[in-house]
Amino acid sequence: MEKIYTRPSTIREGATSGFCPGCMHSTVHKLVAEVIDELGIANKVMTVWGVGCCILGSGYTTHDSFGSPHGRACAMASAYKRCNPDEIVYSYQGDGDLASIGIAETIYAANRGENFTVIFINNSTYGMTGGQMAPTTLVGQKATTAPKGRDPQQHGYPVHVCELLATLQAPAYLERVTCLDAKNVIKTKAAIKKAFQNQIDGKGFSLVEIMSNCPTNWGMTPLETLEYMKEHTLKEFPLGVFRDR
Amino acid sequence: MPKVEIRSESCKACEYCVVTCPNKVLAIGEANNSKGYHYVVPANPDACIGCKLCAIVCPDAAIEVYK
Repeated sequence: MEKIYTRPSTIREGATSGFCPGCMHSTVHKLVAEVIDELGIANKVMTVWGVGCCILGSGYTTHDSFGSPHGRACAMASAYKRCNPDEIVYSYQGDGDLASIGIAETIYAANRGENFTVIFINNSTYGMTGGQMAPTTLVGQKATTAPKGRDPQQHGYPVHVCELLATLQAPAYLERVTCLDAKNVIKTKAAIKKAFQNQIDGKGFSLVEIMSNCPTNWGMTPLETLEYMKEHTLKEFPLGVFRDR
Repeated sequence: MPKVEIRSESCKACEYCVVTCPNKVLAIGEANNSKGYHYVVPANPDACIGCKLCAIVCPDAAIEVYK
């Protein structure tokens, strides 16, 4: 009998991820590790962590990595890639990091067409700090700092990072995917693989936005978050390829 | 014959695999792991067709599939 599915080799043996049950951060960590295995780049990959739940992955995978100040992962990844052009560099950031305090670094790294990969998890909340309203929180969605739900008059509208970056000339690849069922997980893995392959081919800035959930701060069970995402999140943030060249 | 194995210590009982399995092979078990989660068990192992969908959706890479 042959083993046809096992955990990727760069997940630390015996480790359990630090994420909450059902959190799609875990899924994406697994997919990134699988892609790194498949491309055979485990010995030359560098992870740049943003600040937030994402950095819980640092003890879960065995890739070389360093943390960046809040929001500055794209700036630090730019510097690292320029100094080490032979290494495969990716930043792994959440929406409270990339779309809020780090939006300037992200836009300018994209505008320069820096040759690295960005894995962007959008769960429309600040997960690690306790569910505050993020730039990507949906209109009407409750947060600890918006207990009556996001009000556009007071808080503005959700920020669509892929659409924003698609107005620039330099980015090579921008796609929005999700992990809410097996079909979409397979699509997400394909998108992550393409984003890494683009970097290997020297095509330039590639960003994959992964629509995710936060069962703990949304106050739902993992299965309820999937329904919420189908009914609300994916209507506000449509999936698709925004740039591919 | 295909079969699934669950790494019980990695499972967090999110139930994604339970609702994904087309043949209802998996179910939440009664035993706890060391973190207190009622980990998933193959309750109906003979129905497994080795499609890997459970392993693909598992966030914590807790499922291994043999065929």
